[in-house]
Amino acid sequence: MTLLLLFNITNGLIVGAFYVLMALGLSLILNLSNVINFAHGGFLVIGGYIAYALSPYVGFWGALLLAPPLTAIIGIVIERVLVRPLYGRDPLYSLLLTFGLAFMIEDGTRFIFGPQGKPFVIPPFLAQPLSNELFFITGYRLFMVAVVIIAIALLFMLLRYTRLGIRIRAGTLDLETVAALGINVRMLRTLNFAVGIFLAGLAGVLAAGQLGLEPTMGTGLLMPSFIAIIVGGIGSLPGTLIGGLLIGVASGVTAVFFPAASEAVIYVMMAIVLLTRPRGLFGEEGMLS
Amino acid sequence: MTSEQSRKLIVLVAIWAVLIFAPYWMAPLGGYTALATRVLVLGLAAMSLNFLLGFTGVLSFGHAAWFGLGAYGTGLSLKYLAPSTPLAVLCGILLAGICGALLGMLIVRRRGVYFAMVTIAFGQVFYYIAFQWSSLTGGDDGLRGFARAPIDLGVLKLDILTNANVFYYFVLFCFALAVGVMGFILRSPFGRTMIAIRENERRARFLGIPIERHIWIAFSLSCFFVGFAGALYALVNNFADPRGLHYSQSGDFVMMAVMGGMRSFWGPLLGAAIFVILQDYLSSITVNWMSFVGLLFVLVVLFFPRGLLGFFQRGKA
Repeated sequence: MTLLLLFNITNGLIVGAFYVLMALGLSLILNLSNVINFAHGGFLVIGGYIAYALSPYVGFWGALLLAPPLTAIIGIVIERVLVRPLYGRDPLYSLLLTFGLAFMIEDGTRFIFGPQGKPFVIPPFLAQPLSNELFFITGYRLFMVAVVIIAIALLFMLLRYTRLGIRIRAGTLDLETVAALGINVRMLRTLNFAVGIFLAGLAGVLAAGQLGLEPTMGTGLLMPSFIAIIVGGIGSLPGTLIGGLLIGVASGVTAVFFPAASEAVIYVMMAIVLLTRPRGLFGEEGMLS
Repeated sequence: MTSEQSRKLIVLVAIWAVLIFAPYWMAPLGGYTALATRVLVLGLAAMSLNFLLGFTGVLSFGHAAWFGLGAYGTGLSLKYLAPSTPLAVLCGILLAGICGALLGMLIVRRRGVYFAMVTIAFGQVFYYIAFQWSSLTGGDDGLRGFARAPIDLGVLKLDILTNANVFYYFVLFCFALAVGVMGFILRSPFGRTMIAIRENERRARFLGIPIERHIWIAFSLSCFFVGFAGALYALVNNFADPRGLHYSQSGDFVMMAVMGGMRSFWGPLLGAAIFVILQDYLSSITVNWMSFVGLLFVLVVLFFPRGLLGFFQRGKA
């Protein structure tokens, strides 16, 4: 029983790590640009498939290094051409646009790579379980968690110590003042978008190694990421981080006792949080109310 | 009668004439009556959403949930309760409306993107319930094993099951009823208040209007209307599909409203007609119709953000 519980908590943490990577990117874009990026799952798929296409030439490690920045570049192009004209308008329009983009990315991937799932080969030493008793802890899972932790640490350091990060945080609070101080807000939004998409691309590569590739793999991760943001509190990145881990573990633990509800429990959590703390766990008064 | 009023009257007569004679002019143009019925039902859903989106200025991206609840309520009632079409429709409307009104209380204090996100997330709850509770809802396969029952009016019996035209007129009657009530509400002082909230929420609040309560009522009414559309949709297909509750269906509704013109009463019906016919056509010629629908979203947002009717109205001014 303890082993089963441990197994599911580990699973939950790993799924939660995916939610966190997705949700942090979504949250960055939402906070600064007021855009709900429905295509975020699509960018995850792009990241995964770029890694799949590159890995025969550059191997697993090369793909892991190259795919996220390439995804971010695609993100920059899409932001410049399609999303930028919509910043001044009702958030409805960017939502609809990214919604349409998500359709196109999913269908485009199916068109190029076929509807069947594709395997993504990881180095054999990572695929081994570490011990016989804890069969579910493979090297790859540990590696994945380590990468996610490093990525999140780098993101928070970027936001805390670099000029770009400080500007992003300032822009989240008051974009008008930031613009009045002579900072190029359009550039700031583009770079911020790129950081968010980079995280989605990274999640895509990692997910490809764990779950294999499918054109629909992004859609399933999108909704829990939304809920991670709502539970954590809109406007708070640490909140998003904790929200993602929380719902991951909650659905993992529920899977032990009541498997059918493992998906539903995250919605129940959201309802409870909204009832007791309407702004989410770490949401601040006045943010996007 | 001013020229503005007479113009409106002419437009109104034209719309109803087109709808009433649809079974007769659609067939020669290559359409079929069932397609017209689908346009009406989805048009009603888009108009219900627009009641909230276009006239109160609040974006719900989870309306498919209430649409689907209407469909499941109707299907379950026909399957387990009694083979009576009016009772089933009533059950569908009540299930959708009551669930929407209850959850609305949690939702209405949010605004803008936060409102949209919370409605998406709550909408998905019902998708998962319909998907997981297979013993009641049929799960992924959808709810089957029911059919719309003929309506007995005493003096005459309406065979809505086998006669496509009779069923079309039954749906048109329901559509007219719902649209009439919607128009009546929009013309009432309450409807004017909704528009005031859309135009300037802060000023409306300063005038002493209880904003949250008004938005909640508008949201709940919208849920009842879209539940009505969902109930009719179950009758159209004799089938209720969990995908009808999914957020991508909500996106389609928003798209219909935007494409037709959010600021006009009839715009969403036009949007629904274009959307349904286009989707029907595209899915018959290519398997990649999803890409084209996605492209349509992108093009409409970038080039026709005010919708077709908004585009023409601006052109006229």
